[in-house]
Amino acid sequence: MEERMMHQVDETVARYGSTDEALVEILRDLSQQAGYLDRPTLAAVAKKLAVPESRVFSVASFYSMISVEPLGKHVIRMCQDAPCHVAGGRKIWETLEQALGIQFGQTTSDGQWTLMPTSCIGLCAVGPVMMIDDEVFGNLTPEKVNEILARYREQDGGAA
Amino acid sequence: MVYRAHILISGDAACIAKGARDVEAALWEAVQELNLKDEVQILEVSSLGHSDQGPEIVIYPDGTDYVNLTPEDAKFIIEEHLLKGRPVERLTYREPPSLPLPPPSEKEVRVVLENVGKIDPENIEDYIAMDGYMALGKVLGEMTPEEVIEELKISGLRGRGGAGFPTWLKWTLARNAPGDMKYVICNGDEGDPGAFMNRSVLEGDPHSVIEGMAIAAYAIGASQGYFYVRAEYPIAIQTLRAAIKQARDYGLLGEHIFGADFSFDLEVRMGAGAFVCGEETALMQSIEGARGMPRTRPPYPATAGLWGNPTNINNVETYANVPKIIHKGGSWFASMGTDKSKGTKTFAIAGKVERTGLIEVPLGMTIREIVYDVGGGVLGGKKFKAVQTGGPMGGCIPEQYLDLPVDYEHLKEVGSMMGSGGFVVMDEDTCMVDIARFFMEFTQDESCGKCVPCRVGTRRMLEILNRICAGEGRPGDIETLEELAVYIRDGSLCGLGQGAPNPVLSTLQYFRDEYEAHIYDKTCPAKVCKGLIEYKINPEACIGCTRCARNCPVNAIEGKPKQTHVIDADICIRCGVCKQVCPVDAVYVE
Repeated sequence: MEERMMHQVDETVARYGSTDEALVEILRDLSQQAGYLDRPTLAAVAKKLAVPESRVFSVASFYSMISVEPLGKHVIRMCQDAPCHVAGGRKIWETLEQALGIQFGQTTSDGQWTLMPTSCIGLCAVGPVMMIDDEVFGNLTPEKVNEILARYREQDGGAA
Repeated sequence: MVYRAHILISGDAACIAKGARDVEAALWEAVQELNLKDEVQILEVSSLGHSDQGPEIVIYPDGTDYVNLTPEDAKFIIEEHLLKGRPVERLTYREPPSLPLPPPSEKEVRVVLENVGKIDPENIEDYIAMDGYMALGKVLGEMTPEEVIEELKISGLRGRGGAGFPTWLKWTLARNAPGDMKYVICNGDEGDPGAFMNRSVLEGDPHSVIEGMAIAAYAIGASQGYFYVRAEYPIAIQTLRAAIKQARDYGLLGEHIFGADFSFDLEVRMGAGAFVCGEETALMQSIEGARGMPRTRPPYPATAGLWGNPTNINNVETYANVPKIIHKGGSWFASMGTDKSKGTKTFAIAGKVERTGLIEVPLGMTIREIVYDVGGGVLGGKKFKAVQTGGPMGGCIPEQYLDLPVDYEHLKEVGSMMGSGGFVVMDEDTCMVDIARFFMEFTQDESCGKCVPCRVGTRRMLEILNRICAGEGRPGDIETLEELAVYIRDGSLCGLGQGAPNPVLSTLQYFRDEYEAHIYDKTCPAKVCKGLIEYKINPEACIGCTRCARNCPVNAIEGKPKQTHVIDADICIRCGVCKQVCPVDAVYVE
């Protein structure tokens, strides 16, 4: 496990170069590969770049696309911007919270879902919009949201 | 090779989200199968204009526009349209029937968006065929850096990222700043809600931005440039990387471009999800690999920017204008627009209008023309209430200013701003207090935390707004909001903090009565805020179909079949489902 992590860190650092300035990109890439960055990973990056761990943590915790906490199997990012809001975003927001039983920023206790807001993803013509992992869903209604969630649950074998 | 027909398929992110990749694969397959590959060319372009109805293709020479396609449709179209020569009527795009208006193109003037959707962004030759890189050739062959800056001065081009600083002046400052190493940066961290013009340009015409940056580099004496693009735009980043590689292969980036004594290269840097990184000093921090937090200015980036070196930073749209200005002349550009705001501007119309999407119009067009002539009017014929411009730091402009010309000065005068071109239309069903609360949620969340007035102040304002919307507003709340707004504006370093109170201030200025109704009368005039509304059933209209009771998620509705139903306000969570399902519109909001 640890070896695999070290290998990932080595490879990613090699790709972006072991300089200070590559820190944001290295962390974002690692976070996307592993789901989130745990303390040993952050420490390994710090060591590789020869910068203090505190600096690595401060950068990692600043950006919303880098996570320092475990995320659910699926990450839902719901657009929190005005065009989606005017198009009925708040209802979608509430539907998601109700359906998953968590609030934005939280992960379900079974580790299946993380609910996060995101800033505009530039698809305002089809708002309200949300992303589940890498897939984008537009023109959302509460019914559609429930359908989509059901589809994911089915794919996951009805476990969640 | 000469093709008999060209199929353009929209590779716009909205279309891809709806399955454009599968449609494209089906097109290829069908063309192969029917042996048409020597006669028909398939090109992936950016948005074709109806991304809300994607996947979309347009077939030339006749220009037939097909929308809402599935892979099966794609195959069928190849067979019918290209093999048998019969356009497939049922899949073609139709103007919405409720629009007896002139097509938007009559009022639009496309400069920045001219090539978007017309050329293949992945093929540099398409761009060169549209006079691409001619401006760079002209600059390197015939013009001194001073002449380039002079041309921009004549054009009157101002920063398209929001603040509207004259571009020629920015370049002059960077040119005159002492230093051997200078940089140019393109700000592609477009985060304003609803503003996706930069994404469209980067996805649809990346070379125009690259060319603009190269010209800027020549003018200020830089040899290295950076693109900073937000990670939320993966397709734009991919297109851009491919475009840079092609430009290098063609000798348009690298050493001794066009044989001149000028070398320039570009690197793409990706953000990692932080709205504040659109602020120029925060953006440079992020490129350097740190937390993207703004710093005090001065010194401005022009004298001490990236790694402390003189840096010119403009946004995507600003750079995209530059080759056109050099090519057609500064006075051509200055012939469009108003006295102080020259040229055209892209806007992303969103919200409650008939036609949402990206437009480009000469500056100075009135709000009325944009909403009604270009946008097709308010959705469903409802009453216009306000338009929000300038993103989360902008303001709401009410109906009385419908005839206001849209330019940098006028928007500022009425308490809003240009921003990057967001244009969100609101109708009578929009609660302005709720909108102000919504924007405060956004800035509160995106505040980087460096300045206390912004970090704590936005939180305090949000708490008050939350209370007002929940029906727990108190006398004095409005005054406290106004007081906090001044502290936050005056005590914050960057545009985010300084502008954060704007949505509240502008709604207070124009819609104070709505705030008062929430606080004193405990009513929400637009019937939006849940703490202040009640769903009721009109006993005279109710037919006792039981549909509302069956759909209510909390069983708050009682009633036997064929008898009048009643909603228990104590149990009701005001989700509105009963109103949606009622077949006779008996449910109303009070």
